[in-house]
Amino acid sequence: MSILINKDTKVITQGMTGKVGQFHTFHCKQYANGANCFVAGVNPKKAGEQFEGVPVFASVRDAKQATGATVSVIYVPPSGAAAAIDEAVEADLDLVICITEGIPVHDMIQTRYKMQGKKTILIGPNCPGLITPDEIKIGIMPGHIHKKGRIGVVSRSGTLTYEAVGQLSALGYGQSSCVGIGGDPINGLKHIDVMKLFNDDSETDAVIMVGEIGGSDEEECARWIKSNMKKPVVGFIAGVTAPEGKRMGHAGAIISGGQGGANEKLAVMEESGIHITRNPAEMGRLMQKILKG
Amino acid sequence: MKIHEYQGKEILREFGVPTPRGVACFSVEEAVAAAQKLGGKVWVVKAQIHAGGRGKGGGVKVAKSLDEVRQFASQILGMHLITHQTGPEGQVVRRLLIEEGASIAKEFYLGMVVDRGSQRVALLASSEGGMEVEEVAKHSPEKIRTVRINPATGLTNEEAVEVARSIGIPDAANAEAVKVMQGLYNAFVKKDAMLAEINPLVLTADNHVIALDAKFNFDSNALYRLPEIVALRDLDEEDPAEIEASKFDLSYIQLDGNIGCLVNGAGLAMATMDIIKLYGGSPANFLDVGGGANKEKVTEAFKLMLKNPHLRAILVNIFGGIMKCDVIAEGVVAAAREVHLNVPLVVRLEGTNVELGKKILADSGLPIISGNDMADAAQKVVAAAKG
Repeated sequence: MSILINKDTKVITQGMTGKVGQFHTFHCKQYANGANCFVAGVNPKKAGEQFEGVPVFASVRDAKQATGATVSVIYVPPSGAAAAIDEAVEADLDLVICITEGIPVHDMIQTRYKMQGKKTILIGPNCPGLITPDEIKIGIMPGHIHKKGRIGVVSRSGTLTYEAVGQLSALGYGQSSCVGIGGDPINGLKHIDVMKLFNDDSETDAVIMVGEIGGSDEEECARWIKSNMKKPVVGFIAGVTAPEGKRMGHAGAIISGGQGGANEKLAVMEESGIHITRNPAEMGRLMQKILKG
Repeated sequence: MKIHEYQGKEILREFGVPTPRGVACFSVEEAVAAAQKLGGKVWVVKAQIHAGGRGKGGGVKVAKSLDEVRQFASQILGMHLITHQTGPEGQVVRRLLIEEGASIAKEFYLGMVVDRGSQRVALLASSEGGMEVEEVAKHSPEKIRTVRINPATGLTNEEAVEVARSIGIPDAANAEAVKVMQGLYNAFVKKDAMLAEINPLVLTADNHVIALDAKFNFDSNALYRLPEIVALRDLDEEDPAEIEASKFDLSYIQLDGNIGCLVNGAGLAMATMDIIKLYGGSPANFLDVGGGANKEKVTEAFKLMLKNPHLRAILVNIFGGIMKCDVIAEGVVAAAREVHLNVPLVVRLEGTNVELGKKILADSGLPIISGNDMADAAQKVVAAAKG
């Protein structure tokens, strides 16, 4: 078991024929069982064509019908990305992973509203995607740093996730699944949602949770962990040194009105029984220490 | 992206929100002429800078004669206005807003934000106008009324009527207050705002409701479809280094330390600043070169960091995934040569083609200090900055 995706998952790529989509589809197909997983692309103007042997369909619905795919990944540029999510939701896919960075917030408010009551789960936008090592990689993360194993990773950031994964792999600890939930203020799955999935996953023994300044998702997750989590969690929050009122790259990474600061988040996490570190180079070693007792 | 108060009021008027009549001015003569043209006996001379807290800093004055308009305009134009949002150097005032005076019976607060929790736009309203909403939230949170607005319906009449009543707007002015709230919501959505505030919203002696201030912050991801908002940008209000960075698609924020950081990815960039601090150093900047960094971007990033007179050392921290370490190493070497680097440089590379990348750095003949991992690199750069 793993969470959300495995080697049998069938994936539609929205925006496959663009430069970014082509590049990452190529690498996703190369990874593990990817050649059998990435079964369709979508582009209304290129329906009937192929890319790297993957057929292109006019719509998500057509692609789903023809291939039985249940998941999509989106590389569509920001101005059309929210509409691409809407299309996947209307086609009743199980899971949509939106990689696109820079989607206007008001577009996402509309899209999330339309998703209410629908079965589709959203990851992202502005995220690296997710991976179940040695089975399937959906997104832009470097596959080779991962190793199959029993640690879950959930994070708002891209390269900081790779940092956590790299540390784990270097110490010999593989990962069950790694989920990048993205750095935007209005998004799909949050830390708490992914944490619940890891808690229920029989092949995950412990979780690294990486957060950053802005919002209160980490606090909410921490409070849930305190009364529900059966597995150890290691936590790090980026942005202890970030000044208030400045957006630190991610649209969601901003301390405003005294809320969303790293120290406040770390305090709640520690109080909730999460093993926190203030040193981003120590995430892996702290996990090792806890697992070895 | 932020704009000035007078620009915000133009947007409010476009959406049917009444404001005092006023004129934006760039000189004392313009200010006096504007007051004459507006007529009346009382004018307000308001400094136009993007930071809040202008009144407390001496940037807002009430004039009771044209001579006073001239006097206050001369005082305020060109002053370094210091508020809690400007930093200790303050912000130079280059524009004024001359407005007709208003008869204030009571002040209220009206604000709008993107609420992450409910994933909706939230309206905040309070009877405590003129104060900072954060202060009100801290000391008397019960005085803030919040409505999370359904994006399908917008702010309904029923909701707006109820909010107006709950903050103490009299029934005689309720209809106008509803119009103000709905106008603010429509402006907020149509113009892709992330934050909007009318503080204070004023009830006049004759029961009219007008916006005495206007503050907007727009979603930079939506500017591609808002040319009319982009046209309002005032580069004088922004950090020159951040403007320069945005030209090269670099995300850069100057800080007050002395160790420059060049990192790929926002989260890792923040974590790099944190670890520098943890080992006793102080970061000079946040700098995310993004996923597609090439030689040109890395060179521009070095130039930006080197403009900072406090810079004592640089740490390059790259986790190469899609971005290959050898490409980055070549960029770093070329950039270091081009800018004649005069401070110690520590480079930590990890990820794809890392060995090749390290070899390129070692073979370059440049005095580059190699960091084995993030902790090692941070300790080395902190030591280098002190040495």
